Parts: sequence; C-alpha cells; structure tokens
Amino acid sequence: MTDYGITAYGAYVPRLRLERASIAAAHKWMAPSLRGLGKGERAFCSWDEDAITMAVEAARDALGDKSREGIDALTLASTTLPYADLQNSVIAIGALALGGGVSGTDIAGSQRAGLSGLARALDAAGADQLFLTSDRLRAKPASTLEMAYGAGAAAFRLGSEKVIARKLGGATVAAQFIDHFRSANHAHDYFWEERWVRDEGYAKIVPEAAKAALAKAGISAADLSVMIMASPLKGSAEMIARKIGFGGRIADSLNDQVGYAGTAHPLLMLAGELEQAKAGDRILVLAFGQGAEALVLEVTDAIDDFRPRRGLSGAIADKVSTSDYLRMLSFYDELDAEWGMRSEKSGKAALTTLYREADQLSAFVAGKCRTCETVQFPQLAYCVNPECKAPASQFAPEPLSDQPASVLTFTGDWLSYYPAPPLYVGFVQFDIGARLLMEIVDVGSEGLEVGTPLRMAYRIKEPDKVRGFNRYFWKATPLATGA
Amino acid sequence: MAKGIKDKVAILGMGCSKFGEHWDKGTEDLMSEAFEEALTDAGIGRDQIDAAWYGSALDNVNVGNSAIPASTALRLDGIPVTRLENMCATGTEALRGAAYAVASGAVDIALAIGAEKLKDTGYGGLPAPFKGTFNDLWLPLGSAPAGFAQLAAGYRSRYGTSKEDLKKAIAHVSWKSHVNGVHSPKAHFRKEVPMDTILNAPMIADPLGIFDCSGVSDGSACAIVTTPEIARSLGKTDLVTIKAIQLSISSGVESTMAGWDGSYVRNTRNAAKRAYQEAGITNPREQISLAEVHDCFSITELVTMEDLGISEDGGAVKDYLDGFYDRDGKVPCQIDGGLKCFGHPIAASGLRMAYENYSQLLGRAGPRQLPSPSLGLSHNLGGVPYLGIAAISILGLL
Repeated sequence: MTDYGITAYGAYVPRLRLERASIAAAHKWMAPSLRGLGKGERAFCSWDEDAITMAVEAARDALGDKSREGIDALTLASTTLPYADLQNSVIAIGALALGGGVSGTDIAGSQRAGLSGLARALDAAGADQLFLTSDRLRAKPASTLEMAYGAGAAAFRLGSEKVIARKLGGATVAAQFIDHFRSANHAHDYFWEERWVRDEGYAKIVPEAAKAALAKAGISAADLSVMIMASPLKGSAEMIARKIGFGGRIADSLNDQVGYAGTAHPLLMLAGELEQAKAGDRILVLAFGQGAEALVLEVTDAIDDFRPRRGLSGAIADKVSTSDYLRMLSFYDELDAEWGMRSEKSGKAALTTLYREADQLSAFVAGKCRTCETVQFPQLAYCVNPECKAPASQFAPEPLSDQPASVLTFTGDWLSYYPAPPLYVGFVQFDIGARLLMEIVDVGSEGLEVGTPLRMAYRIKEPDKVRGFNRYFWKATPLATGA
Repeated sequence: MAKGIKDKVAILGMGCSKFGEHWDKGTEDLMSEAFEEALTDAGIGRDQIDAAWYGSALDNVNVGNSAIPASTALRLDGIPVTRLENMCATGTEALRGAAYAVASGAVDIALAIGAEKLKDTGYGGLPAPFKGTFNDLWLPLGSAPAGFAQLAAGYRSRYGTSKEDLKKAIAHVSWKSHVNGVHSPKAHFRKEVPMDTILNAPMIADPLGIFDCSGVSDGSACAIVTTPEIARSLGKTDLVTIKAIQLSISSGVESTMAGWDGSYVRNTRNAAKRAYQEAGITNPREQISLAEVHDCFSITELVTMEDLGISEDGGAVKDYLDGFYDRDGKVPCQIDGGLKCFGHPIAASGLRMAYENYSQLLGRAGPRQLPSPSLGLSHNLGGVPYLGIAAISILGLL
C-alpha cells in the first residue's frame, strides 16, 4: 500500500497579543472574578485579518519555497468563515497561486470541524492536497470566553511522498450534547455551565472516541508520546488523560501565548508538536464538538527533513504586545467608535475589475518585461521603463508575495480613516526591482526606518461593511518585531 | 522643443476672491467675485469673452461636473466653455487652455477660472478620492499629507539630514509664510504663528504637524487673457505676459521601478526644465524675482525649491534657515502667504498664485510689494510626489 499522510505543516498566529490582565482590569467593576483568568496573553486578529487571511499565512508557512505543482485540492475548515455563500477556500487558492485546477472545499459546523476534516482528508489516499484550518472567534466582552479565546491557523500538506506523519487510526463520536452554539445570525456563542460541559460532556464523550481510535490504531495509551486535547476549559486535557489511562506528556494548551483558536486549535497544537517530534512518536489528537474526534498519528523518519518557514514557535515569538483592550474590541466590532466622516467612503468593489485583474490582486503577480527585465506592479499596457515601453503582452509573471523587500519611504498617517491608526504607508522596494506604495501593518513600537526589511502578508485591503464584502490584497509587514 | 508661447499672450485682467471658510457663499458666488474683479481690471464686458476654461477638481463635493456650473454662474451665453480637472494643477491648466487658445489665434479674448468649495463636506481636509476601480483594489488610501510626508524620509535618507534639522527647516517654511500672510487681505489665515507652536503641533503624518499643512478653504481666482496687441488696443500700457506654462505628469517611473529615492519630485524637475527653456531662463536662482510654489505641506515647499533649481540639491535646508526665501531674502517665496495662509481650494490655487505674481509685477501688492520684480514663477503639484502632476507658469513684464 502506498504511504499517505502529512508531508508538510505550518502555523500562523496573529502578531497582535493582548495582555489578559488588561481585559480583567477593564471589567473589574462588573466581573471581578475574571481577575483569576487574567494571566498571560491572547492573540487577536488585526482589523484586516480573518479566517481566510490567517489560513493563507499558515499555508505559506507550510509550503515554504517548495513547488506547489501537483496540489489538486484545498480544504478550509473554520467556524468563522467570512462568507456564507462565496467559496472561501477558492479565495485561498487564488492567494496561494494554486491555479484553476484545484478543487476548493469549505467545511465548518463545530470546533471539531478542523480535526474531523483532517481525519477525513487523511483517508483520501493519493491526493496531493492542502488542509487549512483557521478561526477568528468573537466573544462577548466580560465573558470567560473573551479571556480564553485567541486566534490562529494551521496548515497541512497531505501526499504520498516524504510522509512525515501517517494516520494509524481514528474514531468519531456524534452526540446530541450542546456545550455551546452560535446560530448563523448571531455574533456570539451561547454556552452552558462549565461543570456540566466538563463532567458530562468532555469526561464521557471524548474518552469514548479516544479509546476507539487507539483500538483502531492497534495501540494502547501507553504507546503514545503525547496527547493533544484542545479545549477552552482548563484541566479538561488532564481529566481525559486520566480517563483513558494515559500518564505521558500532555501537549501545552498554548493558553499563555495564543488562547484557544477554535476549530483550528487542535491542529495548531499538532503543528507545534510536529516541530519537536521525532521518528516513531505517536500522537493522539482530540477535539470536542457535538461529539468528539480522535486521531492517532505516527511520525516517520522524514520528520527531520522538513521544517516550516518559521512554524508555530516562530509565529508565537513574532509578536506585538499591547494592553489596549479597546483596540481588540474595536477590531472585533464590539466597540462602535466614532471614526469621523472620512470613514463614510464607499468600499464598493467593482467585481468586474476584480475578476479581470485576478492574478495581480490575488497572487500579487508583477510582470517582468522580457525586453528590459524591469519587474513592475501594477502591470499596465506597456512597460514602465521610459527607455523601453514594450507592450505588456510579452511580460513574464513574477509573483512578489515571497520576494525580499524593504522600506524605501514611509510615514504614519493620522489623518486618513484607518481602523488601526496610524496608517503606515510607504514605498516598498523589492530586491528584484519592483516597487509600489503599500500599507505596512503590525508595526511594533519601534516603528519603521528606511531600509527596514519587510515581508508580504495577505490581508483584507478594505471591508465593504454596507454590502458585506472584503477586498483582499497584499500588505507589507516588518520581517520580525523587536519584541 | 517647440518655440512655445513666450510673450504671445498677455494678461488683460485678473481677479481673486477672498479665500476662507465661506459658510455664506456657494461656488457661484466665489466665481462671480473673482470674475467681476477681473472684468473691471480688464476693462471689458463679459460679452467680449470668446471662450472660457473652467477648472474644478472635486466635482462630487462642489457644483458637479461639466462646464455648465460656470457658464450658468457667470452667464457665459453661447460661447465654448470647457471644464477641466487635473488635481492641484487644475487652475494652471485652465490658464494654459485659455492661453493656448489665444496664442493659436482661435480666439481673441479668453477666460480662465478656477473655483473650489471645500467647506461643504462637514469636515476639515480633503475627501478621500476615488482612484479608479482597479487602483482602489490595491493602492493604500493614504491622505495627502501621508503622500508628501514620505518626502521627509527620502530626503533625510539621501542627505543624512537629522530629523531635528529637517523639522526646523520645514518649520521655518511655515513660519515665514505666516509672517507674510499677515499682509494679504484675501488670505484665510492672517496671523503670525510662533515657531514653538509650529514645532510642537499635533502630528498629522510624521514628521508633518498641523502647521506643516496648508489650510482648507473656499475660493476662486481667474484671468482674462488676450494678445499683447489687443491688450494695447484696449489701452493697456504695462503688460504682463506669459513667459512659459509647462506641465509634467507621472508615467509610473517613480512609483513602479527602482531609481527614484523619495527625496525629490521628478515631475517638478521635468516641468521646470521645460518651463525654463520656454521662458529662456538659464539661472533661476538669479533670474526669478519671486516664487509662489505648491506649499501644500512644508516639506513639499522645501523640496520644490531644489527641484526648481533655485536651491542646490541638499541645499534647501540651509537656504531656508538662512532666510533666502523670506520676504527680505533673495527669492521671496510665498510673499502672499501661500497655500499655508490662503488655504488650498484646489482648482483656484494655480490662478491665485498667478494673481499674486501679476499683482507684484504691476506694483499693486500694497504692503507686500517687492522692489521691482521682473519674473514671477508659480508652481503646482497635484496628486502625490511619486504619482502626480507638476505645473509651472512664469509671468513677466513685456
């Protein structure tokens, strides 16, 4: 039988982190008990990040500079996909320049959709596919979930060559147990008493799935190297370990740096575990949601031959910390601040133009003039070089998304309407010669200088809140923060 | 290059409205204020005008598109009226249209008028422009100050100027304009501003504080042009003629390919070269008597003086701090207070600058009057330094 499994992994955590103590302090007047949860930091999305942009970044982390040829499917699992009717995964296909032959599928429905989706994908032996999962969870201010939730994405490439982890077994349990829910028309989760969820839900349903998965894998709990149990409830992993007789290492919940990233969380933890895994390790991954999913993976010798671009550890380390709680509330539409009349500008996008220029806008494809070799974005009808002016019909595509670049000019603009002032804007000079004016995002307190190295990030260019449509485009961000 | 229009077109009359926050006036009122002054100055009736060029930049917050708002406001009946828009160069473009019509012999007397009403928006500053269906999908929506503030980073990087020295020099730019504006009855702001206030003002776009930015106001200015022969036949003796009007527009070089370093404005350099050639100017630092340049932001003015070749490259900081551009300096710049004090009703500004040069050349500038100027340069910069429009007009005595 042909080997099949995970051939690459990657992760993304938003650079922005909020000190939980600042959340607790803000709610002290009405919910003083939150103080006990006010430790560590939680990741939160900037205003221009969503489940799609984070998934794209995780995928870029996994794919690195390797050829994307051969990928024939992309699945995106999330409970916070921006569109109800617009194939979210196809937007990711465009951003990753995977081409028109790739099938895109969105899966959703619960916080175990990520793990369940990966388990099903691992059954599709033969396909070279990308499995992405991402969540940008909202929580009501002053809820315990606001303290627990974070954001993030994980990505896996599945295939038959150089498999680094293969599925040994898995099991699913479906249960009519509703610990929380969120209707399609509501912004926030509604949740039931934690003690009931833990004792009647987690403690009984998850072990059932775990035991069945171990049985299918033909191993016992003692054979496991690590157990991953993603949950916003503290202590649930330890309890489940006891129930299944596992005395080994329990994967870190990432609570102190990231928070709980919803349906992406078990796979974010898995990506973190794979970074430190060695051949022969057996990993049990568990997720809860209207039942439970359990997946047993075995790490192969090929684990040493793969590294993500920076992995979960790199993503966690690359942070801009803040105690501005109101900033997070504003980014998550929990605070209707007065942004002035400048914010009234229409964000309506011409869908016709969007389609005509899809390559330039989605995959950030510049044109390289075959006559004079000038790399240029945007690509217009003629070469920009005044000594050349050759027609664009002879341009060769030159994607800029992974090209090294640095700051040529910049300013911090406090006048324009911008949801995260100041708007850092400036000329980005690519080493290969292209340059363009770009937004520069997630700038830390150290600011920018001429020459600051930059990398490109896929983001929401501008949301059209009236019509509910996001334009996506690429922005620049400092290569690494000094934090 | 072609011979150009030097001395082929004379200014028959000019007018300029009071600039400011005219809550009680619409664009039509502003146009008629400038128009009537120009008719009186020219000594003609409106029916003697053969054709008109009307500039308005922001039609969506002003009186709408087409030339109809101008032809109805001024009752220009049955003659060709053209509306044009070329960002902040609009006023100078209107003058160019009228001048070219006269120079070609197509008309005898032509009107150029620019008017902008910016204070019907509900807020200060300019509205965010629509940049086209494609550009809006990728270009950042930075404000005008954000576009020009980047010159500071580029300039400092090229010349190794410290943040503090550059801030001091650009503060001097604004300080001297406010000193000058006191003597301009038609200016919006007519008070001196202490240097400390300028240096410590709230930040708009780093390093530009609020006093590094020009004001936002309503206004209109206009010119009536004809040939020198017709002007004389109408009784004019001291003639101000157009020595040059030139423009340069970005083709994407600065913003798309490596080369431009952010420290200068390529369009101004191109337009200046063309204008000096047309006017026969070889040493602008010595020959230009006064300059009205596009001080939308203080850094713009500083860089412009190098782009115009009046300061050496890298020499403007010293020239400003030495007072070279002050009212008693070698080349007074913004002797009327500039955009800094008049504000910048987009389409009116180019003609307002020409109005000051015209007034100075004819010795009509009252307390602002410079001793015997012979050549006055005006300069507009539309768009942003790296993707924009530079327009230069040079007026002089015939």
